[in-house]
Amino acid sequence: MSSQNRPLSPHLDVYKLPLTGIISISHRMTGVGLSVGTLLLAWWLIAAATGAESYTTVNGFLGSWFGKILLFLWSFAFFFHLCNGIRHLFWDAGKGFDKADVEKTAKAVLIASVVLTLLTWVIALAGGAS
Amino acid sequence: MSMNTPLSKARGLGSAKEGAHHWKAQRLTAIALVPLSIWFISGIICLAGKPHADLVAWVQNPWSASLLILLLFSLFYHMALGLQVVIEDYVQATGMKITLLLITQFGSILLGLASIVSVLLIATGD
Repeated sequence: MSSQNRPLSPHLDVYKLPLTGIISISHRMTGVGLSVGTLLLAWWLIAAATGAESYTTVNGFLGSWFGKILLFLWSFAFFFHLCNGIRHLFWDAGKGFDKADVEKTAKAVLIASVVLTLLTWVIALAGGAS
Repeated sequence: MSMNTPLSKARGLGSAKEGAHHWKAQRLTAIALVPLSIWFISGIICLAGKPHADLVAWVQNPWSASLLILLLFSLFYHMALGLQVVIEDYVQATGMKITLLLITQFGSILLGLASIVSVLLIATGD
C-alpha cells in the first residue's frame, strides 16, 4: 500500500459526524453533565437532612426560572443517557450491531428521550409542582 | 499481515494494568440504575411543591430509605467510573490527568457519602 492510500481517522473539523456518532459523543457529554448535576442532588439531600428551612431554600432555588431550566436540561440529559445506556447494554449482550439496527435505535433513543422528558414535565406540572 | 496467533502477539506485552472489573462494575451499576433512577424520578415528581414533612415521611419508609441508599451508591460509583474513563481518554498531560482523576474520584466518594449520610439522618430523625 502506498503511503498516500493509507486509511485516515476522520478529521473532526472537516468530517460531518453521522447521527450515530453525534449520539455516541452525546452519551459521554450527558454523562459529564449529569455528574455536575449530582452536586444539586447532594445539595438537596443535605439541605433536607439539615431541616425544613434549608430544604425550603433549596426548593425555592429549584422552583425559580433558573432552577427550572437546570432541571429541564438535567431531565433531558438523564432520559437520553438512560435510553442510550440501555442501547449500550444491548450491544454488550451482542445484540443490535447491524448498521440498519444501529441507525434505527439511534433515532429511537432521540425520540424516546424527548417524549419521556416532556411527559415527565407534563405530569410534574399537572401534579402541583410550580 | 502477521501470522502470529493472538496469544503470541499478547505474550510479553505485560499487564494491561486493569482487568475486566472496571467494565463489569460500570455495567452492573448501569443495570441497577435503570429501575432505581426511574423509581427516584417518580418519587421526586410526587414530592415537587410539597413541604419538608412529606419528604421526611417518604424517606422514613424503610423501603424508600433502602432504595435511596442503593440508588446513591450505584449512581456515585457509576459516575466515578464514567468520569475516570472520560478523563483517561481525553486528557493527555500526565499531571493534569492525575489531578483531575483525584478530584473527580475523591469528589464522587465525598458527594456520595454525604448524600447517603443525609438519607440516614432523615430516616433515623424524629
